[in-house]
Amino acid sequence: MQALLSSLVSVAFHGVAYGMILYVISVGLSVTMGLMGFTNLAHGAFAMAGGYVLTTCLSRFNIPFPLALALSFILVAAVSVVFERLLYSRLYGASELEQVLFTIGLIFMSVAAARMAFGTLQSPVLLPDYLKGQISLFGRDFPVYRVFLIVFSGGIIATLWFGVERTLWGAMVRAAVDNRQMAQSIGINTKRLFTITFAVGSGLAGLGGALGADIVAIQPTYPFEQLVYFLIVVSVGGLGSLRGPFIAALLIGITDTACKYWVPEAGAFFIYAATIGILLWRPAGLFGKRT
Amino acid sequence: MKHPVGYSAKPGLRATEYLPWVVALAAFFVLPDYLALGARILTYILFALSLDLIVGYAGIVTLGHAAFFGSGAYIAGVLSAKLGVNDPMLQLAAAGAGAGLLGLATGAVILRTRALAQLMLTLAIAALCLEVANKANSITGGADGLSGVTIAPILGLFKFDLYGKTAYLWCLASLLIGWWLVRRLVYSPFGASLTGIRDNSVRMQAIGAPVYLRLLLVYTFSALLAGVAGALLTQANQFVGLNVLGFEPSGELLVMLILGGVGRMYGAFVGPIVYLIAQDYLAKQFPEYWYFGIGLMLVLVVLFARGGLLGIVDAALARLRRKA
Amino acid sequence: MNAALETRALCKRFGALTVAEKINFRLEPGARHALIGPNGAGKTTFVNLLTGRLAPSSGQVLLAGVDITRLDAARRVKRGLGRTFQINTLFRNMSVLDNVALGVAERIGVAGGFWRPAARHAEVRDEAMALLASVGIADEAAREVNGLPYGKQRLVEIAIALGLKPKVLLLDEPAAGVPSLESERILEALAQLPTEMAILIIEHDMDLVFRFAARITVLVQGEVLCEGTPAEIGADPRVREVYLGERHV
Repeated sequence: MQALLSSLVSVAFHGVAYGMILYVISVGLSVTMGLMGFTNLAHGAFAMAGGYVLTTCLSRFNIPFPLALALSFILVAAVSVVFERLLYSRLYGASELEQVLFTIGLIFMSVAAARMAFGTLQSPVLLPDYLKGQISLFGRDFPVYRVFLIVFSGGIIATLWFGVERTLWGAMVRAAVDNRQMAQSIGINTKRLFTITFAVGSGLAGLGGALGADIVAIQPTYPFEQLVYFLIVVSVGGLGSLRGPFIAALLIGITDTACKYWVPEAGAFFIYAATIGILLWRPAGLFGKRT
Repeated sequence: MKHPVGYSAKPGLRATEYLPWVVALAAFFVLPDYLALGARILTYILFALSLDLIVGYAGIVTLGHAAFFGSGAYIAGVLSAKLGVNDPMLQLAAAGAGAGLLGLATGAVILRTRALAQLMLTLAIAALCLEVANKANSITGGADGLSGVTIAPILGLFKFDLYGKTAYLWCLASLLIGWWLVRRLVYSPFGASLTGIRDNSVRMQAIGAPVYLRLLLVYTFSALLAGVAGALLTQANQFVGLNVLGFEPSGELLVMLILGGVGRMYGAFVGPIVYLIAQDYLAKQFPEYWYFGIGLMLVLVVLFARGGLLGIVDAALARLRRKA
Repeated sequence: MNAALETRALCKRFGALTVAEKINFRLEPGARHALIGPNGAGKTTFVNLLTGRLAPSSGQVLLAGVDITRLDAARRVKRGLGRTFQINTLFRNMSVLDNVALGVAERIGVAGGFWRPAARHAEVRDEAMALLASVGIADEAAREVNGLPYGKQRLVEIAIALGLKPKVLLLDEPAAGVPSLESERILEALAQLPTEMAILIIEHDMDLVFRFAARITVLVQGEVLCEGTPAEIGADPRVREVYLGERHV
């Protein structure tokens, strides 16, 4: 009984950590897809980029961890602005097929670039000493880094939710997601809104990729392999919503961890089957707009 | 050069349509060292044709078409390696039937959805198939792949030789039949209604067309063709690996199709030919540059040349005609 | 004698918003009936309820006495209910001929055939050409719809609906957005419609309404205000009140 409880706590803990990382990465995708109606399959590339910024800062330049994390957000957000202005914005009205193909092209390019720059192996994360080891909480030992991850992600998420609910920017995003033409006709500069939102979303993806490097290894095939999970979070959670993907990400994080722990032979089978089931029942996602 | 289908189209074979087959036969005699690559190209053309039916004609975006390709490939492989059924025609029939059934089952489900949910479902189903093939390694060989695939002589007469001659001609004959079926479909009233569905499905409903049923039929047929293509690949290689499933081959096929030109039959010919030859030549020498280049090409095609290579040819011909 | 098309207590609510309230409506065989009302009265919603694009919250729709409330749009078309759209809903990348031919093929029943080439179905093509001729755009048959002026696109819209040989035809603002020179053509096309066909026309253009309709129903905020002959409606003070301040093109 003790052992079962212990493993339940362990699964829940690691599942929540994974889920929160998934959310931090995917929330940007949900908002931009809901806001701009743009199917951006290359979102994982931004997460990977953030991860590489972190690992490179830590191992190559000996930059302290907090600064490296900040850089993973800032640099990725900055680069994403360039991409959005130069490339993505040309395809806002385009068909879904074109957007899918375009972003697949970006994935190919980012995977190849990562391989050329960093080789094919996983990039190790050199954590600072104060984040290594175990910490004792409620009579159990937990990895320090994962605890940090949960707390820090929680902080990010709280800031994000506050930002979207309380700031003017957030109000404009919510208005434009709800009804873009209406938002334009009341004078919201949607072009700038898109750029800022895209930057925030991609920056968050970079930050999530960096934070989560411990759980989801940073390697060149990252955008391909993780794409399914990000899309599941967004489609099951509901496009354009903030809360929905959070629930979805936690569900996936816990379920995936539980399956890998108790039924490793099944692999990700249950996740896919569950996704299919949920989408058939609620095509707009659990919290998406029902037409 | 893009010929419209429908009620005013001329359905007869144009002179240029003999060209691919002439080239294919010529390649058989002139390039005997490249028949393995040739067979691969032929199977991918059939695979691309099946995808074009869905994406180009019916307008459904799917990221998981490799699920049917891979299913067909594994059905043929398992039949031979595990069950000793070596007759190539039986293998193709079984692969087509199996993939078609999978297409029917999954299509019934995903065609009720649209946009992101539909895209996600195609991806999830493909990921599911890959996961199953990976884990059921007693049947499928898992990550090591399935070897021990033997192909009995076709009709008891034509043995699969080491040089790939029989394989090549077998693939060519199968492609010919597949192409002919697709062509008939595209020029038929059913094909015209598919174009209508892609153009404006609300209007199609308003003229009494059973949209869901038509889409389901074409989806099933497309899955069947993809399954046959997968089985052909297994027969040509006498091996099946996990690389026939998942997002990567689906993505790659989309690239081939967009390269050649979507929604036009010969785009499905031109795309795989150009892509696979370039890949064979360049990818070995500069693998990363190749991959990067493919991505870049895709981005550029979408931004500047949406009709693919055939679209560029069309535009060039139109300009020449204007000058004349 | 059964009405060609009838609704009984038809209601549609979106949450707290009621867009159709207990509408009882009869369209007689061979009718020339108009539905008018101010903007936002719910006219197009009503048409969508009739054709099956929207499901009602309660009430019934009957076609020639048969309850079709549960049938989807395509099946209602098969039973003889045709419509045109307020905003052109055409196959933009296809030729004018193909636009009409698709509908004809569905009606005849050859549209599902996947063996014989479509082009060999001369009966479909001939009938489509005849329909185009009847609305006066036979010379545009080969042109892509995208390249046609708006008024001619409207005519294609009508030709498609005619190709279905419906027993009941719902025309949603057929002259909307058409410059007055071209709307004459549309009027001619409407005048030539078979007398057995029951026609309901939704229009803002009062000229057209009073020239065309034998009966008029006035819809205001999802409810039927009144119904009668053009003379009766024209004289009704409530109708004047509703339309006070309304401008007609």
